[in-house]
Amino acid sequence: MPNLKELSKKKVRLTGGHRMCAGCGAPMVVNWILKALDDDVRAVISNATGCLEVSTCLYPYTSWKDSWIHTAFENAAATISGAEAAFKAMKRKGHIDGKYKFIAFGGDGGTYDIGLQSLSGAMERGHDMLYVCYDNGAYMNTGIQRSSATPYGADTTTSPAGKVKPGKEQFRKDLTEIMVAHHLPYVAQTVPVIPGTPYMFDLYNKAEKAFSIEGPKFMNVLTPCPRGWRIDTATELEVVKLAVETCFWPLYEVENGVYKINYIPKEKKPITEWLKAQGRFKHLLKPENEHIVQKIQEEVDRRWERLLYLAGVK
Amino acid sequence: MAKRVSLSGNEAVAFGMKQINPDVVAAFPITPSTEVPQYFSQFVANGEVDTEFVAVESEHSAMSACIGAAAAGGRVMTATASAGLALMWEMLYVGASMRLPMVLAVTNRALSGPINIHNDHSDTMGARDSGWIQLYSESAQEAYDNLIQAVKIGEHKDVQLPVMVCYDGFITSHAVENLEMLDDEDVKKFVGEKRIAPFALLGQDPVSMGPLDLPNHYFEHKRLQAEAMKNAKKVILEVAAEYEKLTGRKYGFFEEYKMEDAEVAIVVINSTAGTAKHVVDTLRAQGKKVGLIKIRVFRPFPAEELADALRNVKAVAVMDKADSFSAAGGPLFAEVRSAMYGRVDGKIVINYIYGLGGRDVTTAQIEKVYADLFNAIETGKYEVYNYLGVRE
Repeated sequence: MPNLKELSKKKVRLTGGHRMCAGCGAPMVVNWILKALDDDVRAVISNATGCLEVSTCLYPYTSWKDSWIHTAFENAAATISGAEAAFKAMKRKGHIDGKYKFIAFGGDGGTYDIGLQSLSGAMERGHDMLYVCYDNGAYMNTGIQRSSATPYGADTTTSPAGKVKPGKEQFRKDLTEIMVAHHLPYVAQTVPVIPGTPYMFDLYNKAEKAFSIEGPKFMNVLTPCPRGWRIDTATELEVVKLAVETCFWPLYEVENGVYKINYIPKEKKPITEWLKAQGRFKHLLKPENEHIVQKIQEEVDRRWERLLYLAGVK
Repeated sequence: MAKRVSLSGNEAVAFGMKQINPDVVAAFPITPSTEVPQYFSQFVANGEVDTEFVAVESEHSAMSACIGAAAAGGRVMTATASAGLALMWEMLYVGASMRLPMVLAVTNRALSGPINIHNDHSDTMGARDSGWIQLYSESAQEAYDNLIQAVKIGEHKDVQLPVMVCYDGFITSHAVENLEMLDDEDVKKFVGEKRIAPFALLGQDPVSMGPLDLPNHYFEHKRLQAEAMKNAKKVILEVAAEYEKLTGRKYGFFEEYKMEDAEVAIVVINSTAGTAKHVVDTLRAQGKKVGLIKIRVFRPFPAEELADALRNVKAVAVMDKADSFSAAGGPLFAEVRSAMYGRVDGKIVINYIYGLGGRDVTTAQIEKVYADLFNAIETGKYEVYNYLGVRE
């Protein structure tokens, strides 16, 4: 287990003063990922268009202490793959030396949807890079529109709950599994650092492991968005905890094809615990929508059982 | 010592790329440009270059990876055509506005739809306002020469812009021509070694590139970009002069062919210039005072110089191998007529859209264009916006 005192001495690579919303999970995720880098390592970071990008680098200011680039919404992976390729060639020519890590950050919009092709291509080509998706389950930057990561039943501005529709009518895409199907050396699914939980350092540990492995790596991090989820910033990590405890968002990793579940709740909580904590699911709790909650529970169970099987637990 | 070789346009470009030995080539195959990454990946496979070849999954990613590589500080090249260029569209603008020198070889091909693999200029003409320098090439020799000069033009400190080197699909890309290639050493010396700039991602200090740029700064950045394009005019001529010293081959913004005493002229781009020069010779032999201007540099557009070159003609036909669907003429026509306005007024300026989707243009058709011009002078009657060689 990492030593908090030691970690606090590590340099902060994303400074404060940026314009992310109070309580936004994304900068927490970024900082903990970057904390897993040794201090003598230089990061080169590519950022898909999104909240993180528009709020951390607004000309003439930047919050990034490492080299950082934004080019467009759908191509954070392709962009960083080019930087990594240039590094390799210039190293071969003797123009550059030193320790560099190539990292991409994208939200679920830039990763699950518009950037999926670019991500898949870069991963298949095997660039030495880590792609981190901060998945908050909708296009939050443009005002909470549904993505393929949006959970079933969520009320978003393009999957609104109405008189005849109960919010989003599709289950979320399982991007982590899509990345596993790329047979990468390392794929992980995790949550931000939540003090007091057995999985407090899950994110940090996984980032550290990812950086120790050469080749293409992918991490999917469930990241709270108080605006989109309609939750209180003070208790947002409790909500994320419920995603883990209900098995809506299992913590697991796949290293060279071998599954490992990092946390199995002693008692799996009912999905209603996760749903009722958030305003975006409020309408589902009406008695007439009980069948929808039932349907969501069945899908969560099915996916969890499958994961247990893949990990050899069951 | 330069050597005489017989190569197709694509081979000439690929060999030029090999001599330049860039850091990164990220490319996706598309007819008729496919051979370029194909030949080049063989050079990589044989260890003949130091380049990292990135076989991307689309042209959008090709341009994105090129931008990432150029931002990192590398020397970067790619190739595409038609729909491939169209898929790069968004990133063309990003690359230019980030002021990243890159070289993109475009084998000009018609844009869909309907899908068509043959030559016209709708692809690069559509990208004319993306902020890229555009050099056009009549032959494999010119494609090769432009490619080598492009590196130096784009990387010049006063320019820092990406450059497209355009040559006609199949006509130039696949036909084998005799050309003169420079020695590897001479190319190496001419383009110089690219070192990582201090403001690159891999430079001395960390940098942030591609920020959100709101109304209080965006406009100034666009103004600087426009200034860079203006600077490119001077640099293009300087690089051409240096290249002429090395090769004896002269390049400018455009080539003037028998313009000294011409009464009528056509303005044309790329390979059709070859056919048209033949027509000029034929008509000259008949005593007709005809001339031709072949545009090499379309962006930046040499407006003043072109107007000056047309000062003594009475009538001009501008040949467009792309329509802009403005219902008022093609893109080259719009530029040429605008360049003349207020500088050399009172001329007859006619537009011909020709050769779309690879339709052959014949000497007879070009003779007709010259005849139309003489007729327009004589009668004062003419149509401004014409289609040439189409079944009506």
